[in-house]
Amino acid sequence: MTIRVVLPAHLRTIAKVSGEVELDVAAPATIPSVLDALEARFPALQGTIRDHVTRVRRPFIRFFACSEDLSHDPPETVLPMPIQTGAEPFLIVGAIAGG
Amino acid sequence: MSKVRVLVGTRKGAFILESDDKRETWTTTGPHFGGWEIYHINGSPADPNRLYASQSSAWFGQMIQRSDDGGQTWEPVDNKFVYAGVPGTHQWYDGTPHPWEFKRVWHLEPSLDDPDTVYAGVEDAAIFKTTDGGKSWNELAGLREHGSGPRWQPGAGGMCLHTIVIDPQNPQRIFIAISAAGAFRTEDGGATWTPINQGLKSEYIPDPNADVGHCVHRIALHPSRPDTLFMQKHWDVMRSDNAGDSWHEVSGNLPTDFGFPIQVHAHEPETIYVVPIKSDSLHYPPDGKLRVYRSRTGGNEWEALTSGLPQQDCYVNVLRDAMAVDKLDQCGVYFGTTGGQVYASADSGDNWTAIASNLPPVLSVEVQTIP
Repeated sequence: MTIRVVLPAHLRTIAKVSGEVELDVAAPATIPSVLDALEARFPALQGTIRDHVTRVRRPFIRFFACSEDLSHDPPETVLPMPIQTGAEPFLIVGAIAGG
Repeated sequence: MSKVRVLVGTRKGAFILESDDKRETWTTTGPHFGGWEIYHINGSPADPNRLYASQSSAWFGQMIQRSDDGGQTWEPVDNKFVYAGVPGTHQWYDGTPHPWEFKRVWHLEPSLDDPDTVYAGVEDAAIFKTTDGGKSWNELAGLREHGSGPRWQPGAGGMCLHTIVIDPQNPQRIFIAISAAGAFRTEDGGATWTPINQGLKSEYIPDPNADVGHCVHRIALHPSRPDTLFMQKHWDVMRSDNAGDSWHEVSGNLPTDFGFPIQVHAHEPETIYVVPIKSDSLHYPPDGKLRVYRSRTGGNEWEALTSGLPQQDCYVNVLRDAMAVDKLDQCGVYFGTTGGQVYASADSGDNWTAIASNLPPVLSVEVQTIP
């Protein structure tokens, strides 16, 4: 399936892309499986969203989907159907944290 | 005609300023990596077109960027800095043990003869090395594991390894400094390390004469005399003539001996520069006057350099990595401020001109002299 991902502006610069990224991810897609596909396609993003070793989300990164904050969901959680079908994008967001 | 390239790291990106050897007219490019903190950007002495930049952000962590064309284009290289083994603990601000955690790269020091070899000083304090142009980084763990690590503690800016000085006559000998652990030396390329803090006296630690725990801000040497080291400590300007085995104070007539950077003239091994700052809690120049102090006697006797620098209502700071010298016949001296100015002197400090005035707060300044 094709998952649409929206990156924060700074990570689009690092990945050298503009606009959304489309990734092929095996069903059912989870946050870790989307990030695995993202980092495989753009190795420079490794370490910018989650820790290299622990794979834990960086503190000021948030994951949004279908108007919900999934940042604290367990990793095995399957992403909502509109994300799976590509109807809605999966949002990787830089948290509001200072200037 | 020679060219000078000034590499400026700021809180919100990197800037590159270039001039011919007259150093009168400057061009500026940037911001490179706009919006990111650039703690350091530095060039290879062996290949001036090879640059490395430490790019970091509270949101996205650490990136290392590499340029092979003097900063016109950049490519990210490996950003994986993983401590060797189980990193253990150091002291936290309250004196309790705290696990080592990688936060950022403070300083990048390329090898003197190989563009692909670079040392990286990081927070929490450790030294890493790449030998493949940044494709992979490995810790030189002998420093962190030499024995005193559990007694190291962070300064206000974090527990950072911020200074790496390679002996140009013996590249196996490297000097580093950590806030707040002190200075260390290796004689074997980084495998084993020795604290070199004898003679330092720091009233802000329980034993002012302890072997580790000192907040060393910067070390500098002249390539012709690598056994002579100059140090700006948290307080005190110090000198060693035996490669750090012992130190003595050379603060002399400075208006205050607190400060961050220290530099040595390119051609005069006894000419050194500091920027006195009022105190550890008042990080701005005394009397609102931005003054570089120069000693032509290797310390103790200092003169204020003021021509072209603001002499009233100036309350900026100059950080530890934000001063550098070029190698032209008439040595140029450069420094950046937390107010976003970069000042340059083309005459060893006698006269100064702002070559950039409105940058983000300056974190680091390096200079390349390009034949």
